[in-house]
Amino acid sequence: MSFSTPPTTSHFTERLTLHYDPALKRNRFNQVANAIAAFFAALAVVPLFLVLIYVLIQGGRLLSLRLLTELPPAPGLEGGGIGNAIIGTIVVTLIASLIAIPVGVGGGVYLSEYAQDGWFSKFVRFGNDVLAGVPSIICGVFIYSLIVTTRIFFDQSFSAMAGGIALSVLMLPTVIKTTYEGLLLVPQEMRMGAYGVGASRFVTITQITLPAAFTPIATGVVLGIARAAGETAPLIFTALFSPFWPEGLFNPIATMSVLIFNFAIMPYEAQNELAWAASFVLVIMILGANLLARWISSASRS
Amino acid sequence: MRSAPPIDAFTLRRRPPQEKLIDIGFRQLTLVLAASVGIVLLAIFLTVFSGAKEAMATFGLKFLTTSAWDPVNEEYGALIAIYGTLVTAILSLFIAVPIGLGTAIFITEDLIPSRLRDLIGLLVELLAAIPSVVLGLWAIFVMEPAIRPFLSLLHSTLGWTPFFSTAPQGPGTAPAILILVVMVLPIITAISRDALNQVPIELRQGAYGVGTTRWGAIFNVILPAAVSSIMGGVMLSLGRAMGETMAVTMIIGNSLNFSVSLLAPGNTIASMLANQFGEADGIQVSALMYAAVVLMILTFVVNVLAQWIVRRLSLRY
Repeated sequence: MSFSTPPTTSHFTERLTLHYDPALKRNRFNQVANAIAAFFAALAVVPLFLVLIYVLIQGGRLLSLRLLTELPPAPGLEGGGIGNAIIGTIVVTLIASLIAIPVGVGGGVYLSEYAQDGWFSKFVRFGNDVLAGVPSIICGVFIYSLIVTTRIFFDQSFSAMAGGIALSVLMLPTVIKTTYEGLLLVPQEMRMGAYGVGASRFVTITQITLPAAFTPIATGVVLGIARAAGETAPLIFTALFSPFWPEGLFNPIATMSVLIFNFAIMPYEAQNELAWAASFVLVIMILGANLLARWISSASRS
Repeated sequence: MRSAPPIDAFTLRRRPPQEKLIDIGFRQLTLVLAASVGIVLLAIFLTVFSGAKEAMATFGLKFLTTSAWDPVNEEYGALIAIYGTLVTAILSLFIAVPIGLGTAIFITEDLIPSRLRDLIGLLVELLAAIPSVVLGLWAIFVMEPAIRPFLSLLHSTLGWTPFFSTAPQGPGTAPAILILVVMVLPIITAISRDALNQVPIELRQGAYGVGTTRWGAIFNVILPAAVSSIMGGVMLSLGRAMGETMAVTMIIGNSLNFSVSLLAPGNTIASMLANQFGEADGIQVSALMYAAVVLMILTFVVNVLAQWIVRRLSLRY
């Protein structure tokens, strides 16, 4: 029997080749599945481009110095700008950051540096996940009942302060989680080294551990701020809206996100256009913050 | 240096009292800050529950099964909103899960160069960063007019089924579902991508070693190994979709009349809150709070279930 004669059953002669055969059922299935996955990936990217193109074209058209420095017009009138809303968004986001960052970083420090793995830290981490899942509109309802209706700030109801606090509730879980996870990545040897040269716990944490975890914490915080800046639901009945320049922290304040919501559903062309313009400014700010966060985390890696 | 007088390096330094005080004080401070999560969470539950108490006493469980929303006669039932919340969230996942999972597979398996994969991943993450209210604006002025011919086609061909029985006329449940797809897609893609990346390389190598094809490995080895995290991610997205407010409010039409048709205007709990809470008073506030309680319980159950799935379903490989 020689090697050149293949087994006589035809079934075997077909199957024994090692060359890639695109006609095989499994290879054809592979091709189809590849194509479907590629199609889905394209489908997932399309909305981003469509939204960005429309926001850039519709909103960019109106971009001018006047847009950034003037007040919105009364309904039915032309022109005007969104200056008060830009300032309002910055003010409200700043209030939220000033509350959420210290509280969140402190909470994260406790979870990673002090807490034993007992019920308390389990409860806080579970609670943090639950808080992250609470719908943003519920945060608004909560602050409305807690602050707006009770008028605890100088007998004022709707205020920039209430809006900022509502946003801080939304930011808090992100800041705690990123701080906690960032601190866990710091090698134990760094803490040991600090204790070894006689540093106290407080000095070790503030001088050694936190700076070592700066990058992941900063990345998470910037992303949290970007998300808060675009939030609308917690603001519509806490910060409310105002057609005027901001009048302090304890009065209603205009924000870009609420302006977009209010003006998008108005039947006036001028208002709709301002909504697009505000979207343009907001999206540029938020995408800029996202790219900044990405840059922070990649700059430290290289 | 060598001639310096010997210092007593081996006497332990006594810690000054203020250093001890700072240490203890800092620890207690961070403890309080960590506890603030629990306090805030508890405060949210208590506030919303106490606000809903009046409506709970007045309407009882009937609130969940009736669809009257009548501020004049003070009759309230949240059936439309509950139905709308569940239908929009679940149907949007039916569309978003295959697309998101397919995208995740496409950018984790080596189908295309890694630079291109990273780019697609970045673009999908940026989509998640776009504020919901901007997506709502886009949905009103761009998406809804663009898909209306398609929805009309659905109505004319499938109009005999109750789900497409009304002619599309602007805002409605179907556009709301589509905008929800856009919003949960990045979450599903990101979580599935992480899950697939964490499958050990040995599993892939083993699968290819016994001679399977790429998709044979994906369907029989890689996806089963990653299924728990993916399911957890899907549940998290379900929670997000149910609580999503702005984009849905702007496009769903906020109807107070019940309709099974997906092409008709609908409502969700979140959009009802966004629309009415600011100007409600009396028992209407309490009824809205009751609806908020329902929404909170729904998202809470879904989120806890998500964590449970991740823990229970994980394969031991």
